[in-house]
Amino acid sequence: MRISVQETRDRIPQRDIILESTVRLMVPFIQLYGLYVIVHGHYSPGGGFQGGVVLGASVILFALAFGLPASKHYLSEGGDILLANAGALIYTGIATLCALLGGMFLDYSALAKILPIDPISWRSHGIFLVEVGVGMGVMAIMVSIYWDMASAGRLDEGL
Amino acid sequence: MKPLALLATLITGALLLYGTADFAAWGDPQSPPNSNISVRYVEQAVKETHVPNIVTAVLGDYRGYDTMFELVVIYSAGMAVMGILRRRED
Repeated sequence: MRISVQETRDRIPQRDIILESTVRLMVPFIQLYGLYVIVHGHYSPGGGFQGGVVLGASVILFALAFGLPASKHYLSEGGDILLANAGALIYTGIATLCALLGGMFLDYSALAKILPIDPISWRSHGIFLVEVGVGMGVMAIMVSIYWDMASAGRLDEGL
Repeated sequence: MKPLALLATLITGALLLYGTADFAAWGDPQSPPNSNISVRYVEQAVKETHVPNIVTAVLGDYRGYDTMFELVVIYSAGMAVMGILRRRED
């Protein structure tokens, strides 16, 4: 008996226990590593962009294994847009705050007027705050571009 | 329209390639990029920012403007893709 291509496809189970268990195990570690790359950017290669891409990749991996709607269950559409905007606003906001506090635009040492610690240390902490913003923005945009590209903008099933 | 686009691409590519002729020789210690500002970064970055990783210090502090607009570029790209592709079936 011959069976059509479509019937063969239907017989392949849509859920794969090996794939799902592997991804379920990997995603937390990938996300932990992404956070590590962001916060350890002062001491090792890394920073907001790289860490954000790793975090975004964890969500994309989840979406590939469990389907796009499942990933939207963990990171909602609105939450994703909120993250992207918050990331961009954290960076520009801190830069503007520095200017409002009497320093130059992006001169983090001016933040010492809010929390009086050494201005030189504030430059270090300012870079960290800004990197967090970069990480949030990059992660959200990576996920959003994947969602749109994979489902032609309908966000229903994905690849 | 396609030959026009191809022509524009070729001309832009040729101009960019022509521009690379003025680049400083790679690895030349006397070239302006290597003798002008890099020395200051290497000597002063840790003292001025307390960040042991000079790359991060340059990226986040000295060249903070550049990094800020990199983020804005990514943000705009994401919003553009969202604006073009995303649709809602009501």
